Amino acid sequence: MNAKLEMLNTIQAVNMALDYAMGNDPNVIVLGEDVADREEGGVMGVTKGLSTKYGVSRVRSTPISEQAIIGAAIGAAIVGMRPVAEIMLMNFTTVAMDMIVNHAAKLRFMSGGQTHVPMVIRTMTGAGFSAGGQHSDFLEAWFAHTAGLKVVVPSSPAEAYGLMLSCIEDDDPCIFIENIASYWIPGPMPEKGVRIPLGKANVVRKGADVTVIGYSRQVHDIAAVAEKLAAENIAVEVIDLRTISPLDTETILNSVAKTRRAVIVHEAVKNFGVGAEISARINEGLFGQLLAPVGRVGSAFCPVPFSKPLETAFMPSQSDIEAAIRATLK
Amino acid sequence: MKEHDQPDRLVLVEMYRKMSLIKQNDERFRSVVKSGRLVMPYYSPRGQEVIPSAVSVQLTNDDYICTIYRGIHDMLAKGVPTKLLWAELAGRATGTCKGKGGPMHITHPASGVMVTTGVVGSSMPIANGLALAAQIRGEKRVTIAYFGDGASNIGAFHEALNMASVWKLPVIFVCQNNGYAEHTKYEYGTSAVSIAARAPGYSMPGVTVDGNDPVAMYKAAGTAIARARAGEGPTLLEAKTFRFQGHVFGDVDAYMDPAEKAAAIAKDPVPAYRAWLISNEHASEAEIDMIEKAIKQEIDEAVEFAMASPFPDVAELRRDVYAQEVEA
Ligand SMILES: Cc1ncc(C[n+]2csc(CCOP(=O)(O)OP(=O)(O)O)c2C)c(N)n1
Repeated sequence: MNAKLEMLNTIQAVNMALDYAMGNDPNVIVLGEDVADREEGGVMGVTKGLSTKYGVSRVRSTPISEQAIIGAAIGAAIVGMRPVAEIMLMNFTTVAMDMIVNHAAKLRFMSGGQTHVPMVIRTMTGAGFSAGGQHSDFLEAWFAHTAGLKVVVPSSPAEAYGLMLSCIEDDDPCIFIENIASYWIPGPMPEKGVRIPLGKANVVRKGADVTVIGYSRQVHDIAAVAEKLAAENIAVEVIDLRTISPLDTETILNSVAKTRRAVIVHEAVKNFGVGAEISARINEGLFGQLLAPVGRVGSAFCPVPFSKPLETAFMPSQSDIEAAIRATLK
Repeated sequence: MKEHDQPDRLVLVEMYRKMSLIKQNDERFRSVVKSGRLVMPYYSPRGQEVIPSAVSVQLTNDDYICTIYRGIHDMLAKGVPTKLLWAELAGRATGTCKGKGGPMHITHPASGVMVTTGVVGSSMPIANGLALAAQIRGEKRVTIAYFGDGASNIGAFHEALNMASVWKLPVIFVCQNNGYAEHTKYEYGTSAVSIAARAPGYSMPGVTVDGNDPVAMYKAAGTAIARARAGEGPTLLEAKTFRFQGHVFGDVDAYMDPAEKAAAIAKDPVPAYRAWLISNEHASEAEIDMIEKAIKQEIDEAVEFAMASPFPDVAELRRDVYAQEVEA
């Protein structure tokens, strides 16, 4: 990508993507709690300015009614609109689970392809803010486990931009998960209109010794650890998944075939997480070629705790990542 | 419905004690958060002190409440010890929930605070379950579900009211209508002319009361509580009030109408009630001063206790997930 030198953050990037998509296609609408400018364009200001520019008919603040928000987006999508529905925090998708899992994900299949649901669910999450058990969960595995949904997890502003455009244009429901902790991490400005394809992972750093696979905020931690280990001549290949479902198995297997060692890192709890699926695929594809068991790094198997030291201990740290990498090298 | 009795002097003063306890705690929470000594999302109930004070003076420890993230007023009024609340909000091992719940998830069964939820609209279905248990066991307990006006737009509100009415559950749905749901003004998010207007659809009494008028609030709550205790079923009680602070501490509240806000603050119910108690000779100034001073001391001690308490051990990550410890 031809990045200009100008920098921006993920809040601005998502805003720009929505702006671009709304300007391009009158079928794109935005709905969610507090998203219009009268309500200040959302708690993080991601949708700021859009209702002023495109009108409150296309950028709608809704009541606190998650089932109604997703239901309305589904209905509009079925008849050809391209709604981007915001669920303020990922934990509140649970309130709309029926709509997401039983309807959005399945209508194409159950209607024999007569209808489909080209909608995007934008949501944010992440631990580290002492928000406690009901406001901090990464639930991507639930959605990746549901056939019919696409699950997208950008790790940089430019990716958020490019992936959001692809999600909006995609003919299936996509869940777009923004990480609060990385909202303000600056990155290069994307070129206007550049899409990043769904289902294609990004090899962030080349290395021959071990492959480390991650997504969202963890990509930054993995990169920092890779940099540190480079000083010891340990060459880490870093893969940013960008999309969890569909999963880019090819890029993963190509890399691990070369390095013969793999570690998977995510913020969600380790148990039954995305790491387990990737580990299984590596075993299926490369059994016998591996030099070490596939390592997994994730959060502790408990609800996100409130108390600061517990919350810190709950989340995977750079030293956890480093330890997992070293374990594969023994 | 028979009008509930006028509160006597002791009750009038006790209501003030609860209000002052809430107001002083809230002010201290805000100053401590602002100073950076305590890091937590804080949802101030400033301006809404009257509601749970007038309700709780009519409850016992055996009665249950379910409340929400904006609920420290409900918790304090119901009797959660100040010390334990502070310790929990500071994330300490000595807190009500060992520091694992935090401000949005306070539980303290000893004082009847059974659930505090951060998911809008979820207090009501759970309150039904508490009330159902009491009904089945033939206990005289009542359950209060506190929630905001915005929460009445969630499907769970409608399902819960319907079920409570069909089963005649001893539950009171107390909506603290402060005019805003996060940043959204009432009329932009709620189609009903009032929250109480939704009650007839569920065949239960719907009452709107001035939630900043202690005596009116006391009577309205008393009527609903008496009805629930007598096995006559639920009431939807809409207490009109106003939120003096932004939604969450630190929010700039530009979405609020400044004139409306200034007018509400000018009518601050806590000092107004204090003046009323004195001018009507329900309490002397000296008596009230003493109450306030005792609360201040209680808070000083609570802050000290909380800050001196240890953080929970990391091994706590593995505890309380299931009955048995898990591998983390
Ligand atoms: C299911 C769900 N959706 C959205 C939110 C985010 N949120 C937290 S508080 C709030 C506003 C609730 O307003 P109201 O019910 O009127 O209560 P108040 O804060 O005014 O006491 C919102 C939208 C949430 N916590 N839960």
